[in-house]
Amino acid sequence: MSGALLVADDLERGFRVRRGLGSALRGGPPPMVRALNGVSLHIERGETLAVVGESGCGKSTLARALVRLIALDAGQIMFDGDDVRTLRGEALRRYNRRVQMIFQDPYGSLNPRMTVGQMLEEALRVHRLVPPADRPARVAELLSLVRLPADAAHRQPHEFSGGQRQRIAIARALSVQPELLIADEIVSALDVSVQAQILNLLLDLQERLGLAILFVSHDLRVVRHLAHRVAVMYLGRVVELGPAAQVFDAPRHPYTQALLRAAPTMQPPEPGTHAVIKAALAGELPSPLAIPSGCPFHPRCPAAFDRCTREVPRIHMSPGGHLATCHLLDGL
Amino acid sequence: MSALLSVQDLAIRIGAATPVDGVSFDVSEAEMLGIVGESGSGKSLTLRAILKLLPRQAAVSGRIEWAGKNLVGQSEGAIRKLRGRQIAMVFQEPMTALDPVLTIGLQITESLREHLGLRGQAADRRAVELLDLVGIPDARRRLQNYPHEFSGGMRQRVMIAIALAGEPKLLLADEPTTALDVTIQDQILKLLLRLRDELHMSVILVTHDLGIVAGTCERVAVLYAGRIMETGPVYDIFRKPAHAYTLGLMRSVPEQLQARQPLRSIPGAPPDPGRMPPGCRFAPRCSLAVTECAVPPPLVSVGDGHRSACIRADAVRVASQVPA
Repeated sequence: MSGALLVADDLERGFRVRRGLGSALRGGPPPMVRALNGVSLHIERGETLAVVGESGCGKSTLARALVRLIALDAGQIMFDGDDVRTLRGEALRRYNRRVQMIFQDPYGSLNPRMTVGQMLEEALRVHRLVPPADRPARVAELLSLVRLPADAAHRQPHEFSGGQRQRIAIARALSVQPELLIADEIVSALDVSVQAQILNLLLDLQERLGLAILFVSHDLRVVRHLAHRVAVMYLGRVVELGPAAQVFDAPRHPYTQALLRAAPTMQPPEPGTHAVIKAALAGELPSPLAIPSGCPFHPRCPAAFDRCTREVPRIHMSPGGHLATCHLLDGL
Repeated sequence: MSALLSVQDLAIRIGAATPVDGVSFDVSEAEMLGIVGESGSGKSLTLRAILKLLPRQAAVSGRIEWAGKNLVGQSEGAIRKLRGRQIAMVFQEPMTALDPVLTIGLQITESLREHLGLRGQAADRRAVELLDLVGIPDARRRLQNYPHEFSGGMRQRVMIAIALAGEPKLLLADEPTTALDVTIQDQILKLLLRLRDELHMSVILVTHDLGIVAGTCERVAVLYAGRIMETGPVYDIFRKPAHAYTLGLMRSVPEQLQARQPLRSIPGAPPDPGRMPPGCRFAPRCSLAVTECAVPPPLVSVGDGHRSACIRADAVRVASQVPA
């Protein structure tokens, strides 16, 4: 792991839930949602690590915790040798420049009153990266990097389509020359033809700039295409993590297997054959307030046995850095 | 088999814009028809036009034939008799379609009284059966619950149960799984397939996701900028698309390709509904377009039940057989 740019170790974060009168009268500790329950992973320089999972699995909390938008209860984040949770002052500013986040809804993160040029210049000014005289040239360079027309600098966010706004958000993130981009569902709201344009842009930028990307998504097709490695999360835990090809072609955790079966594919059944009518996975995500004992997936797992209800499965490592947490792997 | 519903030359005008322009399709009994398109394609407007659920300022022309009658131009009262009883609808966001201050039980029995005249215990019994049918566990107890006490997936099941209360022959489903997680989406789609089989009900499924169409529908109509680009059996269209837009849409889905290879995406963005291109509406974004594309292309047969509005259909077929 010598090349690791960021190492997250055993991250924990719980959120207290506002409780109703009944619960308050009964007393006891307020209910707690465990959004991150011992998450460990690392990101190499220049790689895309995708984090997938369904809503409530903790993937967005993880992304926000890494950029310190959410404080952690426990655990350590090391970035290029620095302990991120203890950074203050200039060191924190430097971290905030080197790690940039992009959100699902670019409209919510772009100032509607500023032109695109003003927004990009502001980022350059705050981080004192480019002398004032050179800023317009740098803005033009950034716009061409994300393939927006040069006159975009004089327009405001509302004048652009959803895909173009996401390009603006990417340009602003790149303006400060980050080493790690944290992308939270950034193509989820886009139409598929526009989504494809943004995916191409990300692939191209990564090759050219050597960026590392943490790509948070619920869309397995997109993740399979983009990621070098994939982490699958369920109820605040990483249940499987490994090289994308291995996780997608030979998933080891029953949850990953079910996710892949449930995902729509572009292969219609042969004429005359009937569409499959059995769902890939029964049941729903349990309440995050009451995470099941043992393996959190056991109530929905088609292969669960008695041990799964009692013991949290350990991490099983297989060649190529492919890990999974499942009791079924014990005998293998 | 004769069509259950036949839509012919449907156009919807809102002010100066014509977001749906000359759309025709049929739905047979017990058939699952997909209508697929990106935002602004007119797919949801088309679906809503069937039950007259469009904004007041929308002007509808063309024919929507149901049981020998043209629904276009019918009075609100006449459509109301149809709504829920013969043709029912489910929406993307069940929370906005359910009444938050009434129990689920009341909302289902209200529907049963309205459509079937069922009351009292008979209605309660039927409500339990309906919740069972859509896969809500512990149905009798759940009737007492309010919508907010259900998860997103369970709410969508409740919406489907209410839609089924009038025993409709046709269910209109407008992006019913778009807001749901992938395993729940899969459950709801499988539920729709099972209901179609068990109740011999037809379904029109509107979606933006070609993958959902592939796994769920027999036939599909591909909409772009308010027009049908291509329609036909799903298997044929996925194997041999005959419209440049369909091919572009399929290639935008990162599945058939080696990981991390650039996708052959469609350049540009869909046209503004107020300023549609004069000929083929996809031509300005089409890499195969020729000067003849400046004339609106007719929807012509290119195979058994397979029609395309692309004069470059042959070139598309050649291109689609070249591995990406």
